[in-house]
Amino acid sequence: MSVVFYALAALTVAGGLGAVLLKNTVHAALAVAVAFAGLALLFLSLDAQFAGFAQILVYVGAVAILVVFAILLTRASETPAGGVFSSSWLAGLAIAAGVFAVLGWAVLGSAQALPLSAVAPSATVHDIGVALVGRYVLPLEIVALLLTAATIGAVIVALHEKERTR
Amino acid sequence: MATTPISVTVDQIFILLRDWLTHFLPETLRPFANVVLGVVAIACVFPGLFALTTVFERKGLGRMQNRLGPNRVGPFGFFQPIADGIKSLTKEDIVPLNADAVVHFLAPLLLVVAVFMGFAVLPVGRNMVLVDMDAGLLFFFAMGASTELSIFMAGWSSRNKYSILGAMRAIAQMISYEVPLLLSSVTVVMITGSLSLTRIVEAQNQYTGIFPHWYVFTPWGLASFLMFAIAATAETNRTPFDLPEGESELVAGYFTEYSGFKFALFFLGEYLGMFSIAGLGATLFWGGWSAPLSILNFVPSWIWFFSKDMAAIFVFIWMRGTLPRLRQDQLMNFAWKFVLPFTLLNLMVTALWRFMEGGWLRWVVCSVILAGAYVLMGRTAMHRKHFGPRSYRYAE
Amino acid sequence: MTGSASPLAAYLLVAALLFAIGLAGALTRRNAILVLIGIELMLNAANLNFIAFWRYGPHPEALTGMMFAIFSIAVAAAEAAVGLGLVIAIYRHARTTDLDQMNRMKG
Repeated sequence: MSVVFYALAALTVAGGLGAVLLKNTVHAALAVAVAFAGLALLFLSLDAQFAGFAQILVYVGAVAILVVFAILLTRASETPAGGVFSSSWLAGLAIAAGVFAVLGWAVLGSAQALPLSAVAPSATVHDIGVALVGRYVLPLEIVALLLTAATIGAVIVALHEKERTR
Repeated sequence: MATTPISVTVDQIFILLRDWLTHFLPETLRPFANVVLGVVAIACVFPGLFALTTVFERKGLGRMQNRLGPNRVGPFGFFQPIADGIKSLTKEDIVPLNADAVVHFLAPLLLVVAVFMGFAVLPVGRNMVLVDMDAGLLFFFAMGASTELSIFMAGWSSRNKYSILGAMRAIAQMISYEVPLLLSSVTVVMITGSLSLTRIVEAQNQYTGIFPHWYVFTPWGLASFLMFAIAATAETNRTPFDLPEGESELVAGYFTEYSGFKFALFFLGEYLGMFSIAGLGATLFWGGWSAPLSILNFVPSWIWFFSKDMAAIFVFIWMRGTLPRLRQDQLMNFAWKFVLPFTLLNLMVTALWRFMEGGWLRWVVCSVILAGAYVLMGRTAMHRKHFGPRSYRYAE
Repeated sequence: MTGSASPLAAYLLVAALLFAIGLAGALTRRNAILVLIGIELMLNAANLNFIAFWRYGPHPEALTGMMFAIFSIAVAAAEAAVGLGLVIAIYRHARTTDLDQMNRMKG
């Protein structure tokens, strides 16, 4: 594996660890934005150009901004008094370690059967477009409906209640 | 297509220069050296244009406001950017005590990096693009979206109420205008059939008689370009959308607490963002590096691109000197209630254009639909505004 | 391990590690927003899995993995928007985002 892969993997995992471990909420949000960017670069190293750029556009450009806005609007940027980890943190950590152990064992156990190399597939934007309106037109329409419902739902959920006297 | 051998040579002069410089190197190093030379060229040309634009802006604004701009340093004041550069490099770099030092330091870096990356896909001339990506337009918008995060970092890390307020306003404005920006570019992609900027320019590089097939000369293209221009002005925080950095409102908005070189980096990032989005507008709608009349093809392609870019910058400066600033709620209303519905309608009209066969009918139908929608939406937006006699309220 | 092993195994291990980190974040942090961040990390790790299998698996010309990842990005963005709207609405009511204090339905 090349140096580039190790560097990108280290960047992504460091971002993820920062998101989970940092005490300051805004720093954690910025660390997860770093993790998103590292993942986009990993997608690019896997020759998935469209997915990589869509990841940056959607995750770094929109989801990370949403998260920091929510942090600012709920005043979570001040460090809380009761500590940042919940009271049952040990159980959570044990479960996560168990999940990683199982997944890692599965991957390493089947490492012999995995292909060693593959010719880089061509996934031009034209092919993706043809696939989206050809084979995947039903998921496309459902995702459109879902996004509309999510937009309307998010606006309604976050709307100010009307009976408050102004 | 450039005609005589001399005009072809001048047109491709930078490519020939680059090839001559790299032919000294072995075969394996040549692609790497090509890219390095391209990056060096971008890093020298666009900041140089930025320096020239700062003095043009100050003199232009001065003339529009019936005064001279800076005229002390150098002939007619044109060495002012050098003086400005020396000033910002030698000023003390003040970081407030309460500020979050790491984030405060990284914010201008992220902005400048994201903005420079956008230049990698702009076709500056014939065969003169740094990376010819299949999804070039998507890459450009992805880099533009990354600048919002740096604005938030700058505003929040300063721990200053003006900064955070300015940052939140700027981000809300940028997110609101990003959707019309993307939707008006999608119309160009629909007609061209490709996200690659070089393909978009090549599709516009055809002529009927002497007139070019630029997209701005079609009804849907004109509407798209107008919405794109409005959204681009809002994305780069220029007047009339410059409330986040309005000097009379918020001190300096999200870069209040920055001084010295970091402020210069923010300034550079903002102006380079203006250049790159103006360049994108020129590429998508005004034919990029192609000449306006086919008889003018002997002029090199890169001169056409930079002329269009500079003309757009002049229009930005002109708007700054002329128009008043929009209030935050007016700005957001405008984005969501006028610009976005109009771009959605424009998308459908573009589809109609694509599927009607060529001829005068589709011109008439598309123009009528767009003009009618513009007038109707404008009238419903204005119908609650009653301009009556002025009323005064006194403090009692 | 890494010398003769497949690059696919390396990508899958990175995805598994990110998934475990996201799961740990979702299970141990107190702030509701950070739990959502952990969930987004898990979704991203699954995307990496899809793209890695698309690249190294059979029939990459069918674009299945790439399509799955693109739809997953869209759905995750929608879910983040609704989730954060919910967190803001709860904050408006309970004045806190601390999940340990949201125990009104505890038996």
